[in-house]
Amino acid sequence: MIQETEIIKDTTHLGDEGEMVINMGPQHPATHGVLHLVVTLNGETIKKIEPHLGYIHRSIEKMCESLTYRQFIYVTSRMDYLSSHINNLGCALLIEKGMQIEVPERAKYVRVILSELTRIASHELWLGAMAMDLGAFTPFFYAFREREMITDIMEDTCGARLTMNYIVPGGLMYDIHPDFQKKVKAFIAQFKSKVTEYEDLVTNNIIFQSRTKGVGILSAEDAISYGCTGPVARASGVSCDIRKLFPYEVYDKVEFDEVIETAGDSFARYIVRVKEMNQSIRIIEQLIDNIPEGEFVGKTKNVLKLPKGEFYTRVETARGEFGVYIVSEGGTTPHRIKFRSPGFSNLSALNHMAAGSKIGDLMATMGTLDLVIPDIDR
Amino acid sequence: MFSLEGLTAMIQNWLAANFNPTMVLVLQCVIVILLAITLFAVLGLVLVLMERKVAAHIQIRLGPNRVGPGGMFQTVADTLKLIMKEGLTPDKADKLLFNLAPFVVMMVGMLLLAPIAFAKNFQIWDLNIGVLYISSISSLSVIGILMAGWASNNKYSLLGAMRSGAQIVSYELSAGFAVLSIIVFTGSLQITDIINSQENGWWLFKGHIPAIISFVIFIIAVTAETNRAPFDLAEAESELTAGFHTEYSGMRFALFFLAEYINIFIVCAIGATLFLGGWMPLHIGHWGGFNHLMDYIPSSVWFMGKTFFLIFLIMWFRWTFPRLRVDQLLDLEWKYLLPISLFNLLLATVIAIYGWHF
Amino acid sequence: MFIKDYISDVYNGVTSLLKGMRKTGWYFVHPKEIITEQYPDNRATLKLADRFKGEVVMPHDENNEHTCTGCTACELACPNGTIKVVTKFETTPEGKKKKAIDSLVYRLELCTMCNLCVVACPSDAIKMAPTFEHSVFDRTKLTKILNHPGSKIKEGIE
Repeated sequence: MIQETEIIKDTTHLGDEGEMVINMGPQHPATHGVLHLVVTLNGETIKKIEPHLGYIHRSIEKMCESLTYRQFIYVTSRMDYLSSHINNLGCALLIEKGMQIEVPERAKYVRVILSELTRIASHELWLGAMAMDLGAFTPFFYAFREREMITDIMEDTCGARLTMNYIVPGGLMYDIHPDFQKKVKAFIAQFKSKVTEYEDLVTNNIIFQSRTKGVGILSAEDAISYGCTGPVARASGVSCDIRKLFPYEVYDKVEFDEVIETAGDSFARYIVRVKEMNQSIRIIEQLIDNIPEGEFVGKTKNVLKLPKGEFYTRVETARGEFGVYIVSEGGTTPHRIKFRSPGFSNLSALNHMAAGSKIGDLMATMGTLDLVIPDIDR
Repeated sequence: MFSLEGLTAMIQNWLAANFNPTMVLVLQCVIVILLAITLFAVLGLVLVLMERKVAAHIQIRLGPNRVGPGGMFQTVADTLKLIMKEGLTPDKADKLLFNLAPFVVMMVGMLLLAPIAFAKNFQIWDLNIGVLYISSISSLSVIGILMAGWASNNKYSLLGAMRSGAQIVSYELSAGFAVLSIIVFTGSLQITDIINSQENGWWLFKGHIPAIISFVIFIIAVTAETNRAPFDLAEAESELTAGFHTEYSGMRFALFFLAEYINIFIVCAIGATLFLGGWMPLHIGHWGGFNHLMDYIPSSVWFMGKTFFLIFLIMWFRWTFPRLRVDQLLDLEWKYLLPISLFNLLLATVIAIYGWHF
Repeated sequence: MFIKDYISDVYNGVTSLLKGMRKTGWYFVHPKEIITEQYPDNRATLKLADRFKGEVVMPHDENNEHTCTGCTACELACPNGTIKVVTKFETTPEGKKKKAIDSLVYRLELCTMCNLCVVACPSDAIKMAPTFEHSVFDRTKLTKILNHPGSKIKEGIE
């Protein structure tokens, strides 16, 4: 009895100097998805942030235990829906590695082009959403115009705009549309002409700069200790681009720079993502004219069975490092799947970054973390 | 062409001929009240739709275009919806203040209509301290906002109201100094004198450097005073606290919403009067022919055109810039706008003394 | 020095804001840039991509024949049990009993549009059609039977 009341007293302790605990609830215009943040405020300063997750947990990992190796790939599209191709690619790479399947060159080139297009589309949406969080409502629409061109390309080739399920173990599900190269080139031309727009409206804007510079600083050691990957870590000076360090597909054949900034604040994270978009355009330009002719899918058995053992692959999504880990008992379905989601580790650094700053800075910090909650909650 | 200039004289004469003097006064008051209420209603309709259409075209999309031709009746539909909503009063709120706050804010708007000259000889009250009256009455709007924040019995409403109050009180200073620099040129506080002194050119062009700096400072200051973006932290949707009008719903919310747009109209009208000549057509120096040509356009059209141009400018600001944080907002005022406007006032005085303006 | 920094601060700030305003102002005076598609009014001219995955259909030719043999490969390939193949036995002209399809029950509300059934079919009997207006008031209308009544399989398909 005494123990229970003591515990209850502890959790309702509000802290001295009248700290207030408020919920940035699951439904909020600024948290991108259903994220529940319990914020402890002292007046205007944030003392502690606790994210409560699980509002969109769909037990994907358990579900995949009853799906065969061809069937479980479509589910990963729905985890981080903004980098759906890259998630599918991670799963396909794992199965190809486990079963030693040969992937034809044509498929490799197209897969990389689609991954980079997805990365650009994800960063465009992030740019629009972040500007909207800070109060500039117009860049959202300009960014979506470019994203619309990419989803049109995806619709022509893959048949869907968001959850594409086009990459299968062995290559692609069917061949690319005849207009693919033409449309991608048109997109590149349009993107290059519109890049100055984002600079004028957002990057060089003095109000935006003063809202994001010096806000939400994350040092390199903290980034490594929290396990942050992707643009969040690269903005703090940690070199962690999987495409450079553990190249897969044709990334070792193309030339691109890994974008690293050292400031570690929100503005640095913003600049890293904008520069990454330019690097992706560079990759696509090198590949789009040279897609080799040939098969679009390698020879695979009808029923896929991974040999007994443990397998792990990692790919670089727009948010960071996405890892797929399968424990197989030799059957047609995985015994246990685990997805290492980049958003989960990035979110864990939020408390460190935002504690001690004001409420207005919380929006800028969360915007630059680029969280997609279904990715965190799987 | 129809013009409003002779209208007031005509009505005045007709009333004086038919009624005794007290009755004339009473009837004039009634007419003015009716006109003011009509103006508010029409302005609310037009400005809300204009905001949505301007926002849409800047954002490469179409605005409301289904309700009525070109979306004309959208605001009517919105108003009907707001009227039908339940007007909730929070439990422990101070009932009198809670219900009074929207009306205080509207009253300030209506009082400020008095000295504005909509056309030649079309002014409700031409008092000799017109500009001082405007400055002092506009300071009263802070009371309405603080009342709303306090009476809501919500800690974060109060916080938003305090922030809003601090913002309005600070930016009044810069606005006041900007207005003062024009008064230094004109030498009189009366609105008709100010407009008549712009007969050979608007002060924005005649007063070159100090007038342009004052104009820029004035526009920034009134955007902050009316809580418009980029200074709308107090009522921003994606921040934590939704500001002083969180607890308001239904018709009272509609009144706050309307009062914001009326305030924008009034401050733009004041800006147009002081800097762009009010109802005075564009005259350049003593070019008789050109001036005579400009006079053909009725003065009410000039006034409305200038006011709506300034309103468009303020709307343009909203859809281009991100929001400022509250400490950056106050930083901007006290460290940048105030010193620059003080210096500008000095400059304007020196130029006025030596007669170096046009 | 402080004055110089102050003035250059103000100048840079103001010019950056004006550049932004010029961009949005340009879009305001160019209404041709508007990309909104006014959807319900433009149904006549709307064109979707051919490969758009709207729903699964079984194409029938002019003799009301399809190519589905009832092999249930699609049912096995589907990840979440959207397709159910009901077969029956019918006698061929030679007198043998052969398995044939009775109805292919397709539940549109469960389908994830993953395309695995189309790829798995050995005789290209089903494909994805680019229709997207699926809303109904009654959920039972979403359970569709893909083969038309009275249709039979084309000759020579195994």
